[in-house]
Amino acid sequence: MKGALTNVPITKEWDIVGARQSGRNMARDLGFGSVDQARIATAISELARNIYLYAGSGEVSFEEVQGEAPVGIKIIASDNGPGIKDITKVMEDGYSTSGGLGAGLPGVKRLMDDFDMESNEEGTKITIVKWLR
Amino acid sequence: MSSLKADIGNYKKLLEEYMKTKDEAVLYQAEQFSKSSIQKNISPDEIVNVHYQAIQELIPNLDDEVKESFNFLIETMISYGLAYQEYQVLREKQIELRTEIDVAANMQNTLLSTTVPDVQNIDIGAKSIPARQMNGDYFHFVQDDEGNIGTAIADVIGKGIPAAFFMSMIKYAMESFPEDRMYPKVILELLNRVVERNVETGMFVTMFYGLYDIHRHEFYYATAGHEPGFIYRAEEDQFEEIDAKGLLLGVKKNVKYNQYVNEINNGDMIVLLTDGVTECRSGDRFIESDEVLDVIRKYKDLSSQEIVENVYKYLERLQDFTLRDDFTLIVIKRNS
Repeated sequence: MKGALTNVPITKEWDIVGARQSGRNMARDLGFGSVDQARIATAISELARNIYLYAGSGEVSFEEVQGEAPVGIKIIASDNGPGIKDITKVMEDGYSTSGGLGAGLPGVKRLMDDFDMESNEEGTKITIVKWLR
Repeated sequence: MSSLKADIGNYKKLLEEYMKTKDEAVLYQAEQFSKSSIQKNISPDEIVNVHYQAIQELIPNLDDEVKESFNFLIETMISYGLAYQEYQVLREKQIELRTEIDVAANMQNTLLSTTVPDVQNIDIGAKSIPARQMNGDYFHFVQDDEGNIGTAIADVIGKGIPAAFFMSMIKYAMESFPEDRMYPKVILELLNRVVERNVETGMFVTMFYGLYDIHRHEFYYATAGHEPGFIYRAEEDQFEEIDAKGLLLGVKKNVKYNQYVNEINNGDMIVLLTDGVTECRSGDRFIESDEVLDVIRKYKDLSSQEIVENVYKYLERLQDFTLRDDFTLIVIKRNS
């Protein structure tokens, strides 16, 4: 199971549910409690919805990792969309949520332990990790 | 009443005590717990989770369906938790911003400060209060080497920080003018050039400039679209509107302004104001300028400063102590 990689392609809104489900299953199998499962699922939702809304299509992948803690879940959301021009801006509290869009990327960062993002004209890749403590 | 610390670790004990006793005192501790959790930035989903963990221990044979319902509840609370944390951050930011604006407002007060001239037989009162922290109104006094009093009163179309920036520019332009006797029309023409060159379209300022000749008691003035002032004529016990016309500053290049002159007799008062005085509203009703003039007349025997203070108090109260526009009022009274 260690190192096992699951990919969920995101092309339609329904795929967001699939991504949540895969992420939650893996989180549960790794031993995360219900609050952490809910947080991980919410973070996945947010990333998958961003792909669906702004890039059109992409994928979310899940991976078991080791590092700061013996067990963690790493989630990578990637797309070939137009990219995010001003990353600092979207990471600002109140920027994306003021329109009622949901947690926004700052929310995703809060839900998880690690957060990293790369974005250019060819697409965006967001990597998040939650450690089991 | 036990005194458990309002700590998340004690939630189970509190809950247990409540289930046993149904005591109001424990509910009071629950209230303390909730306040302390807010202070510690504990989000709602965590509280729900602590409750869930606690009842699983307190009720060992808890129904599976109930357990599942808690998972469902936690799920729905996650976004609330995020919104709550974001709210905390935004609140801190807001406090920071407000502090910064306060500093800027203090700076503006220093930058735009002016001294009311102290001249024999002429009593001057002036008051300017911003509707928000930063003032978009401005008044200024200068005295030339013969003691004549120049006075400017201005209002930027707009409020707040942009208006305040704009005003600082006007003030410094005026500071750069020579100190010898300068007539109102010349000053407005020079200022119009400064504003027209330096400010993007869509920002305008109205200004009234007057020069009081203290030896001949003549009042020279010109206006750049500013709210008309009034002269109180003591002999008739009546106000006459100061009649003047002129284009706002910054609308176009090379504007020529007309200059007017009026004699000021003993006991007469010159009243200069901004539209925050005359266009103030009480509920749905606009206050007529006659109403303001009545207040001035009522207090006409007080000092000029007391008159402006009284008018301000009157209008402040009428508007339920919330100014909708910056307020500036100047009274210049000839005493003998």
